[in-house]
Amino acid sequence: MNYQVNENGFYGDFGGAFIPEMLYPNVEELRQNYLNYINDADFQSEFQQLLKDYVGRPTPLYFAKRLSEKYNTKIYLKREDLCHTGAHKINNTIGQILVAKRLGKTRIIAETGAGQHGVATATVCALMGMECIVYMGEIDIQRQAPNVARMKMLGAEVRPATSGSKTLKDATNEAIRDWINNPTNTYYIIGSVVGPHPYPDMVARFQSIISDEIKQQLFKKEGRKSPDYVIACVGGGSNAAGAFYHFLNDENVKLIAVEAAGKGIDSGESAATSVLGKIGIIHGSKTLLMQSEDGQITEPYSISAGLDYPGIGPLHAHLFDTQRAEFIAITDNEAMQSGLNLCNTEGIIPAIESAHALAVLETRKFKENDIVVINLSGRGDKDLNTYIDYFNF
Amino acid sequence: MNRINLKLQENKKLLSIYFTAGFPNLNDTVAIIQELEKSGVDMIEIGLPFSDPLADGPTIQESSTKALENGMTTKLLFEQLKDIRKSVTIPLLIMGYFNPILQFGVEHFCEKCAEVGIDGLIIPDLPLTTFEEEYKTVFEHYNLKNIFLITPQTAEERIRKMDSLSDSFIYMVSSSSTTGSQNSFGDNQKNYFDRIAKMELKNPQIVGFGISDKATFQQAIERQKGAIIGSDFVKFISQNNIANIQNYINNLFI
Repeated sequence: MNYQVNENGFYGDFGGAFIPEMLYPNVEELRQNYLNYINDADFQSEFQQLLKDYVGRPTPLYFAKRLSEKYNTKIYLKREDLCHTGAHKINNTIGQILVAKRLGKTRIIAETGAGQHGVATATVCALMGMECIVYMGEIDIQRQAPNVARMKMLGAEVRPATSGSKTLKDATNEAIRDWINNPTNTYYIIGSVVGPHPYPDMVARFQSIISDEIKQQLFKKEGRKSPDYVIACVGGGSNAAGAFYHFLNDENVKLIAVEAAGKGIDSGESAATSVLGKIGIIHGSKTLLMQSEDGQITEPYSISAGLDYPGIGPLHAHLFDTQRAEFIAITDNEAMQSGLNLCNTEGIIPAIESAHALAVLETRKFKENDIVVINLSGRGDKDLNTYIDYFNF
Repeated sequence: MNRINLKLQENKKLLSIYFTAGFPNLNDTVAIIQELEKSGVDMIEIGLPFSDPLADGPTIQESSTKALENGMTTKLLFEQLKDIRKSVTIPLLIMGYFNPILQFGVEHFCEKCAEVGIDGLIIPDLPLTTFEEEYKTVFEHYNLKNIFLITPQTAEERIRKMDSLSDSFIYMVSSSSTTGSQNSFGDNQKNYFDRIAKMELKNPQIVGFGISDKATFQQAIERQKGAIIGSDFVKFISQNNIANIQNYINNLFI
């Protein structure tokens, strides 16, 4: 089985570039150039240098001793929460801003939900001295005030998306519209493995540093490059794509993708796309998405803004379809308890997104000798208010 | 022969109007179509509303959101249109995004279009290659014309390819923009209209996006076969009675 994108931009039945003609020249320009850039020695040297000195890579692969004792298995945490800006998102924005520079673009746009990708984009724009406009749903702007302030401090303009449901999917629509209206000088930094080809593949490649490091680090610690399990949360799916990437063809490594069940799969307030979604088109990609019978895209729900997306990247739809990855849905309550559990047992406050991945330890029994790597995609500082409200601290 | 082709053979410039089905009121669809024909409009694009219309500006997005709130569905649109050919003879097209059509079933959608008398489809996010490889024969079977969009950025080779795959007209997006975001045409647009006219394509071109009054309408039809008014009409119909459509159309010519 092949899990890489094919020459037409598809993973099995999923992917492609279902975009209006107005976007075609820009997306095509990117498609023709991205692999040449990424494979170029100068690009790689600049990219790796920034990941090391600016982002702080490699991030540790931490053996979580007390957590392992509690669940009677061997648990490693991949500490993406220790990246500059607090999550894995910056791996991708560093990569894409280098692509944008090589394409000769001077103006950067991005969408953001919780604000993590917006902050990561504003950060690299400040680093490179480029104009930055971040679209964010009006409702999210109210919910995520600290990240809005961070983006502004970093010099970005935050534009509210006032259409539709005023959340992430609408911010994405607005960013796409901006790109249509500014076709020559602007580059769109998409924050996940979603959107038209080549974005899902490009973003997965930039995030693949995560699994690359896991292999090397695990070899040093355990004398083997492959764990038994890799577990990661999936909204659009960029941290999972990065954590799975170098294990995709190693069928001995079981991959677990964790979606947000919200208040429960059948509650009507959920973001578990693999269960509730059907194949369709969202943001230029054919993939699984939550939609009405009539093909209208529906509004997802999760306590975690980063998992609150009605689709999943086409790679993940393919991994689900081929059963290469197992998909597990975790509720708000399970995630919040597991987040708090990590605070108490390991002294690490995880992002609520990442807490969904941790919650698998409660629902799944692992063998004593299993090596389980959980991708701790982000830190919980941004979620303090949600934690406080939830637990009444 | 397909009604679009017959219309294109007429020795005149064409005015096409876009409106969103189910807006402002759920059951306005048929009355708007009838009034547009009565007012002398040559062709109509019926917008199938979508929750996430990427290529459209705020006016059409809002009308789509409202139409969906009103209860518009694909199935209902076909019910509303089931007797439309008893009263309306001008070409009718459906303009919609691909996902609702995909969920309805592309072949089933085409079959229903043929049944009610739709002549063509404009699906902005249906890629050229997907159309060519998967749906061209289905469209042809139901005598539906697929309309491609081109923009000032579309490469000549790609325009030629679309021209060869088309058998009606090419939808010229006037500028690099979403719908409803331009107010007048500058030199860039005029040069673009000229450049495309000089390509001597086998399909005539109809200009859309940014046509909002007599001046822009006249500019658009100078070198091309016709023009489409969308956002501006949607704005009009949101504030006026259907009975006033005649005045709106007259104002484009007087």
